Amino acid sequence: MFRESIEFSITAAEELNDTLNAFLQIDRKGALQRAAELESSTTGELAGFAVAVKDNICVKGLQTSCGSKILGAYHPPYNATVIERLQNAGAIIIGKTNCDEFAMGSSNENSAFGPVRNPWDTSKVPGGSSGGSAAAVAAGIVPVALGSDTGGSVRQPASLCGVLGLKPTYGRNSRYGLVAFASSLDQVGIFARKTEDVARVLTVIAGRDPHDATTADVPVPDYHRGLNGALKGVRIGFPATLFGKGLDPEVAAAVNQVVEVYKELGAEIVEVDLPHASYAIAVYYIIATAEASSNLARFDGVRYGFRAEDAGELRQMYRKTREEGFGPEVKRRIMLGTYVLSAGYYDAYYPKAQPVRTLIKNDFISAFKSCDAIITPTAPTPAFAIGEKVDDPLAMYLNDIYTVTANLAGIPGLSVPCGLSSERLPIGFQLLGPYWSEPTLLRLASEYERVRPFTDRPKVNADRD
Amino acid sequence: MPISETDIAKVAQLAHLELPDDELKVFVPQITEIVSYVEQLKELDTRDIEPALGGLTPEGERTDSSRPDEVIACLGQRTALAEAPAAAEGHFRVPKVLT
Repeated sequence: MFRESIEFSITAAEELNDTLNAFLQIDRKGALQRAAELESSTTGELAGFAVAVKDNICVKGLQTSCGSKILGAYHPPYNATVIERLQNAGAIIIGKTNCDEFAMGSSNENSAFGPVRNPWDTSKVPGGSSGGSAAAVAAGIVPVALGSDTGGSVRQPASLCGVLGLKPTYGRNSRYGLVAFASSLDQVGIFARKTEDVARVLTVIAGRDPHDATTADVPVPDYHRGLNGALKGVRIGFPATLFGKGLDPEVAAAVNQVVEVYKELGAEIVEVDLPHASYAIAVYYIIATAEASSNLARFDGVRYGFRAEDAGELRQMYRKTREEGFGPEVKRRIMLGTYVLSAGYYDAYYPKAQPVRTLIKNDFISAFKSCDAIITPTAPTPAFAIGEKVDDPLAMYLNDIYTVTANLAGIPGLSVPCGLSSERLPIGFQLLGPYWSEPTLLRLASEYERVRPFTDRPKVNADRD
Repeated sequence: MPISETDIAKVAQLAHLELPDDELKVFVPQITEIVSYVEQLKELDTRDIEPALGGLTPEGERTDSSRPDEVIACLGQRTALAEAPAAAEGHFRVPKVLT
């Protein structure tokens, strides 16, 4: 019984890859073998579930490229903890998905292996950096995929592709085996088309891991059980100031419509203020690049991956390897991070960004005194054209304006599809909640889904025949 | 603060990147623009604000980062060297260090 559904997912992944470029590796043999093994012992909570995994999360036996040339044909000798837990629950990994190089990007155009295309319109980006995972779920290839979210890299592509995307609370999931980009911000996130699937997968992968000291010893509930329940008495915060400049009118209208739906469902809407949210991108691009410049120092051609040839001595080998192995955006961010940490400039940037990060965190803590969750758009616009923003890094960074605050504060965020633009491109809204409030966010999403199911399907679709 | 080509070249050296001139020329205006964008943080008075030192939640004390000090299995030498671009005699092999 698993064989058929796994066969369907693999075939769809293979057939649609020329169009979408969503997968960097498809493991037909391994996945089918695993399906056959499972037929005789079907006990796990996710038995037979086909899962696609972003190519910066280690799966033993498969490649991990991070969308970069510098890792060459790297095959990690171990599983990420989230993968170990998925497999123990019976899930079957069908392949590794394309992404922006080292998860740095908002459009998937920074992959060394070419951009992923949006299944709703293949001339548009799928969002990033986890664009391949978002596209694979949107196109119906797999019910669930994993990504990583450092500044919005799960939620923003989820929004642009019309699927759900969860970034859990910092410390909820283990990052052991996730290739580090910015360690104080990175979290493994989940894509799915149904809220119940997000809840199921979160229940399996969440929890303390001795291999990741940042995982918290906070009990893991059965997220699936808490999905149903009236919203009467639930207070949703509405930050009116975030619905102004730079927000596409169609996105604003769609999210305002969601607010009306929540009112009808019995929720109370309260005005909240996040006065420092407008500084979030500036803080993010200091902290994330500083951490990246340090984390990516390990790619030097010594222990794994690519090494440049013809280098006479060690330092020259490092420089040539990194110059040839990294793409432009990764170099730009390493440069920025090195700049803000370098002698003479350090005092002006990093120690300035850290207290502003505290202010952003405190904004949320005080807002959550008067509400249980906050609603915002996920992205300022629907999917944009491939090539449209490649020459303007700052414009690209501003795509993350609604999502980075959650990473800076460490709180959970969930993007939920809520309609299509006049160009038939998906629009998503984002729910943000206090630390460990995933049950509330999932219940809000599930109630919305019950009364306003998102049933439209993209043009490129595995089910279409 | 204006950023010159010399500044960028110096940063590239610190970052172990051998940037060719054409890349250097593209990075100067781009990094200048991003750095001037982040300068907006200077508007804020942060003198009495504690720095956020990481992504730890306020319930930070619930994140116990210690674990029992026990000997557990780890990657053996052979596995650890298996992905190296060059290895010899149980070591990573690199070009000469002293020139």
